Amino acid sequence: MTAVQTIPPVRKQVVVDASAEHCWRVFTEETTRWWPAEHHIGKSPLKRAIIENAAGGRWYATHEDGSETTTGTVRVWDPPKRLVLVWQINADWQFDPQLDTEVEITFTPDGASRTVVVLEHRDLDKFGTRASDLRAGIDAEGGWGMFMASFRKAAEG
Amino acid sequence: MITNHAKAFSALADPTRRLVFERVARRATSVQKLADGLDVTRPAVSQHLKVLKDAGLVIDRQEGTRRIYRIDPRGVEAMRTYLDRFWDRSLAAFKAAAEEEPRP
Repeated sequence: MTAVQTIPPVRKQVVVDASAEHCWRVFTEETTRWWPAEHHIGKSPLKRAIIENAAGGRWYATHEDGSETTTGTVRVWDPPKRLVLVWQINADWQFDPQLDTEVEITFTPDGASRTVVVLEHRDLDKFGTRASDLRAGIDAEGGWGMFMASFRKAAEG
Repeated sequence: MITNHAKAFSALADPTRRLVFERVARRATSVQKLADGLDVTRPAVSQHLKVLKDAGLVIDRQEGTRRIYRIDPRGVEAMRTYLDRFWDRSLAAFKAAAEEEPRP
């Protein structure tokens, strides 16, 4: 039994009656229009969901009390075709800069005014195991990331 | 997302048990292999595994004459289920937003 356990990626597809350029703009510049408002990790209601328009940019939210919470970063910015975001909210609903799970969104034209949008959220096994850390043996204490981090916090607090 | 935090914390308070858990998290393995690698008696390893299992941290399966232990993936599965629903809702809302009157 040496097979590595992997969690299959979440894959979604929608066909949108609009051009790829328009889809890209709504996805990246008008994120607040479609982001489910109750899904955030802030203490106060969501005001805006923001994907910064460049590779290396932030993916974050602002809240009504003026605070900000980070979801992750922008890894690939290739308008209007391909966007790769890094989701860094762990299973304890905390931003975790060590967590790196990719969300890739592709916009493929189907004629002039129709676009196939495919979203894949992958590397989900990292929610349970910081696989790379384990393999490298960098941190013997680590491993089951989402659990051990909160365990440490509780143990040390 | 982990439903059993308190129990799991106390299960891992014991240093040897924590070591057993870390070995299992690294690779699915048998009681004997754990006992060999940790210099702990087999009955003691079995006892630690029982506590870890009760705390929802590991699951086991019989394979031939051996019982194999691995980490319990339910916490991870719960996260996947959440994301599955989250992206479903988000993309449906995105489609609706993108199909509203096109903006210049």
